[in-house]
Amino acid sequence: MTKPAGPVSGPLRRQLTAHGFLIGAVLCFAFFSWYPMAREFVLAFQKTKDGRTTWAGWSNLSYVFHDPAFWQAWRNTLLFTGLALVLGFAVPFLVAVLLNEFRHGQGYLRLLVYLPVMLPPVASVLLFKYFYDPGYGLFNRILELVHLPAQQWLQSTDTAMISVVIAATWMNMGGATLIYLAALQGIPGELYEAAELDGAGLLRKIWHVTIPQMRLILSLMFLMQIIATMQVFTEPFLLTNGAGPEGSTTTVVYLIYQYAFNFNNYGGAAALGLCLLVLLAGFSAVYVRLSRDSAD
Amino acid sequence: MSTRTLISPATLGRTRGKVVYWSVFSLVTVVFTLVFVGPLYWMAVNGLKSTDEFTRIPPTLVPHGVHTDNYTHAWKVMDLARLLRNTLWYAFGALVFQLVLDVAAAYSLSKLRPLFGKAILAMMLATLMIPAAVLVVPQYLTVLDVPVFRRNLLNTPWAIWLPSVTNAFNIFLLKRFFDSIPRELLDAAAIDGASPLRTLRSVVLPISRPILGVVSIFAVVGVWKDFLWPMLTLPDPSKQTLNVGIYSLAQGVPENWLTAALAMACLPTLLIFLVFQRNIMSGLTAGGLKG
Repeated sequence: MTKPAGPVSGPLRRQLTAHGFLIGAVLCFAFFSWYPMAREFVLAFQKTKDGRTTWAGWSNLSYVFHDPAFWQAWRNTLLFTGLALVLGFAVPFLVAVLLNEFRHGQGYLRLLVYLPVMLPPVASVLLFKYFYDPGYGLFNRILELVHLPAQQWLQSTDTAMISVVIAATWMNMGGATLIYLAALQGIPGELYEAAELDGAGLLRKIWHVTIPQMRLILSLMFLMQIIATMQVFTEPFLLTNGAGPEGSTTTVVYLIYQYAFNFNNYGGAAALGLCLLVLLAGFSAVYVRLSRDSAD
Repeated sequence: MSTRTLISPATLGRTRGKVVYWSVFSLVTVVFTLVFVGPLYWMAVNGLKSTDEFTRIPPTLVPHGVHTDNYTHAWKVMDLARLLRNTLWYAFGALVFQLVLDVAAAYSLSKLRPLFGKAILAMMLATLMIPAAVLVVPQYLTVLDVPVFRRNLLNTPWAIWLPSVTNAFNIFLLKRFFDSIPRELLDAAAIDGASPLRTLRSVVLPISRPILGVVSIFAVVGVWKDFLWPMLTLPDPSKQTLNVGIYSLAQGVPENWLTAALAMACLPTLLIFLVFQRNIMSGLTAGGLKG
């Protein structure tokens, strides 16, 4: 360790330099992250009427709880998260396992899977809107080709949510697939050889070797997927104008958006946000803990 | 690849294995091409069709009449040049702000040992626990009236640039990379009389190129793909981003023009992606794996 040259001003000078480097980012965090965070909590317990802001106690929360849209939004969000886990979690994993077996053309296939991630979301979403069109849409033509009944897709309460999930999976699966592929390449080949000596078939090798070896990354991605999909907004907003038929695609974040920007009810929006925050904080805490373990 | 995978090389060597391998491989290649390139083909081609042919049942695979003027009309009517220019400007600014401020902060936290550095880092990382969607409303209210400065940043690029700096994940990635740079290297520079800024420029940054690449990609892609935040903070049609601009004009133009517009909106990132695919894809896994 070298001692700074200046006897007294040294440490102070060093601190000033260190904080000089920090100050820009700290100010940005203070204004656009920490302050809004505090504001979120304050807003949830405030009411603004005729330009006067007063404390509202728990009334914002109880208002939100008594809104029938609140429970529907939670049901929809959980349904979306569940479906997105089935599709958005399983599909990339299976695709990665499949691609990892190929000795040829892996670069091309990876490129394909990642392609949609790079597109502007509006382009992908509007594209899917055309495909879902019950009249001239591509999807109903495909169903017709394989002799299946045509669907109403985004226009029916039964299929609107799954349609949104399919589009979202197409748009976003590339990232997860690449991450799984990278993890798969870290599995030592001897483990598969040992499993084969024990007479394990393909499925047993996946179950007893692949999945346990990828447990950490799988659980991280699982949590990340929950955290991300519970905050879904863009896809349903663009595909079904947010609410969908009879509110069947109204998500919690869309409801926050409606409270704040359609009804000018910032208190309600903040109270709703607080509910989401509490729920997701648990998942986030586990995620941070797990990823810290993985970094060690 | 040298390491073996699920299927043993011996199985693949047998005739039956070879047949199965090549049939699965061809099937997957065809299906994936249809699923991922098919929609892009549909977009490019349907942008060339007449309004009448666009809605024809069954759809035509190759357009009967080629209407390239759909593209020129869409370009003009939706003013795509301006939307594109705006988006690039916001993305470029966010990139510069993040590279300068986040790199400086991570460098200070990693190497300069500022007082309360640990607490500041913890507070930055704590923001990762707050779902972004929850912060949208209070952040929007802050942009409307920034405390202390009493400024309204609505419809200004600052509304995109400044909040983009609060990317704790980038700071975390950068700091972890800087942590791995040996102290001796920096001490040697200090003995030679280099100031911390000089050390950052001529010692730290040159060896940090891979992580700077990752952070840059995240910064640009983040702005490029964002929708809700620019929709709220840049309502003025002349300030909008590509995503928001196309969305707000989507109802008012014929479907074949809109499709042509979508195809043009996809083109820039597709080109960038094809050129930088290796860096982008490896950067993503590096960031995602250890994040």
